[in-house]
Amino acid sequence: MLVIDNLHVSVGGKEILRGLSLTLPAGAVHAVMGPNGSGKSTLAHVLAGREGYTVTAGTARFAGQDLLGLPAEERAHLGIFLGFQYPVEIPGVSTMYFLKAAVNAQRKHRGEPELDAMEFLKVLRREIKGLGMDEAMAQRPLNVGFSGGEKKRNEVLQLALLRPKLAVLDETDSGLDIDALKTVAAGVNALRAPDRAMLIITHYQRLLTYIVPDRVHVLSGGVIVASGGEEIAEVLEREGYAAFATTTLSAA
Amino acid sequence: MTAVTEPLADPGAEARGFAEQAYKYGFVTDIEAEHPPKGINADIVRYISARKGEPEWLLEWRLRAFKVWEERFLPAGDPTWANIRYPGIDYQDAYYYAAPKSGNQPKSLDEVDPELLRTYEKLGIPLGERALLAGVAVDAVFDSVSVATTFKKTLAEKGVIFCSMAEAVREHGELVRRYLGSVVPYTDNFFATLNSAAFSDGTFAYIPPGVRCPMELSTYFRINAANTGQFERTLIIADVGSYVSYLEGCTAPMRDENQLHAAVVELIALDDAEIKYSTVQNWYPGDREGRGGIYNFVTKRGACRGRRSTISWTQVETGSAITWKYPSCILQGEGSVGKFYSVAITNNYQQADTGTKMIHLGPDTRSTIVSKSISAGRGQNTYRGLVRIQPKAARARNYTQCDGLLLGDTCGAHTVPYIEVKNRSARVEHEATTSRISDDQLFYCRQRGLAPEDAVGLIVHGFCREVLQELPMEFAVEAQKLLAVSLEGSVG
Repeated sequence: MLVIDNLHVSVGGKEILRGLSLTLPAGAVHAVMGPNGSGKSTLAHVLAGREGYTVTAGTARFAGQDLLGLPAEERAHLGIFLGFQYPVEIPGVSTMYFLKAAVNAQRKHRGEPELDAMEFLKVLRREIKGLGMDEAMAQRPLNVGFSGGEKKRNEVLQLALLRPKLAVLDETDSGLDIDALKTVAAGVNALRAPDRAMLIITHYQRLLTYIVPDRVHVLSGGVIVASGGEEIAEVLEREGYAAFATTTLSAA
Repeated sequence: MTAVTEPLADPGAEARGFAEQAYKYGFVTDIEAEHPPKGINADIVRYISARKGEPEWLLEWRLRAFKVWEERFLPAGDPTWANIRYPGIDYQDAYYYAAPKSGNQPKSLDEVDPELLRTYEKLGIPLGERALLAGVAVDAVFDSVSVATTFKKTLAEKGVIFCSMAEAVREHGELVRRYLGSVVPYTDNFFATLNSAAFSDGTFAYIPPGVRCPMELSTYFRINAANTGQFERTLIIADVGSYVSYLEGCTAPMRDENQLHAAVVELIALDDAEIKYSTVQNWYPGDREGRGGIYNFVTKRGACRGRRSTISWTQVETGSAITWKYPSCILQGEGSVGKFYSVAITNNYQQADTGTKMIHLGPDTRSTIVSKSISAGRGQNTYRGLVRIQPKAARARNYTQCDGLLLGDTCGAHTVPYIEVKNRSARVEHEATTSRISDDQLFYCRQRGLAPEDAVGLIVHGFCREVLQELPMEFAVEAQKLLAVSLEGSVG
């Protein structure tokens, strides 16, 4: 599904990813763990097509297609979803209006008929209920005045509505208390499917207690320094990132 | 509604009617040609009035206006205080009545700026209307005559008068005489005074006491509204306890051979009356290099004469090369309310200097100003607003909010508030912000699958929401589409 090979990425002339390689099969859930500054968010943004990053070498292919030349919206149309670490506020635009615009933009691209307001509302209500969210939230301006937990739940709601083939969840656990974390994790787990790959990007091991990955990669200094099963997360929990500090951690 | 396309049962009838009555009041004028020469002078003013078969009081009023314009305003030149730039206008190089077609007008849609045609397509303007809007010479406008007829009947049952200014002068002369110029006097300013001397036609509406006008009034439904020309005059009177909502303009960009447009709008609200005046202005803004485009120099003012009366102005300004307008409220009646909601967009080389004046005269008067300006390309957008609390306006209140949104770094947003408070019990609040559409917002939208221009449209819509929600429903939907189209090419 997703094959990243020897990816080098710079921001403002500074190299952040330094030859990252990673393969994510369809239906798999992989975690990428790393300390602050290791390049986790850069990886998420580069995959989603954010501007301002320079790919100096390497490739990223999704379902056989070269990803790196595509604008962000086309990657979204291919089925790539990014759960944002810091969901963005858009004043004056109701959450429902935004979600409908997003769903219909993607439906249109797939050649499916757009949902009208009533049809969309039905779908939205079902998903909101499934996530144990408050329906009133849909009337509020997108992410404006939302608590940290509400923002992250809103991301998961979008994941559920958009049903992507690849979900990259960037620090979905940050800023969540334990109850919110459980709800968000349950929402994500419910969306695990044989045709949906997930890349869970996180600093802390605790999220992986609730979303159990098939494989864990440790990102450090812009490269994957270790890959393995759950045991890797356990080592991290016990010894911290120092256990994997084979490259220049401090420089990252 | 998409455009001002008037059904004309017999397009020549009204004009012939004027011609036939031209000498009814015994005026003598030495200009008898079908088309008077270019330029403006007292004889041209007499000619206009005679051709319209106007009564003597109106001719005299026009002549007084012309004298003021010629002696006071013309020597001083165009007003220079606004933040707009344009080459000088030669006022003697324009036709002031029934301008002969110059031959410059496009003969078919093939000759029209392709950019304009693409815009029509995006706005979903019916094919039949595109030629008319683009200024292509078309003989007649086909539309449903029955709509207008039914409409007139419903209004007549309620006693609402809604007609052209020329018809009002003929049929309701006393009302016109009492109110014309009572809000915007003929001495008011350069452009309003020129309008008073030379106005071609316009709209008149009168709502009788206690009547809630059963539908939104719009020039769209008024027969013969097309070609009211560059000096349009509108007068709306809401009598005691009445209500009216009036829609002006259309979302389709209109071309016109006349570069200068200097309209005057006067509103009068008596006790407990309410007038809601909504405008979507989308005159041709010129091309991407700033060539062509309309100069829209408009004087709009409402008088809340009565107690507890309300006048609200809502405007969406996306067109014109230059917009110069300040829809204002004179809050005279005790407890009267003035509102101004505005969205002004400038893209490419457009310039807008717009805002409002809230003049608080009576006690317990209240006003609200919400102004949203959006600048893109090399557009320059100035909010200019005056809030004046006069000594007798005890406990007057004003709330002003001015927000500017910038797209790119070659445009400008300016806020020029004037606040004068002469009563200590008044409360005046002013808030202003300037922001940009952030890369974060754009990326977030695009990551969800929205194309960049749709993302900008969405963010801009959110920015303007407080104003758009003041528009009548169907207008609001069109205005939203219009915002997106107006900002095309401003990102990426």
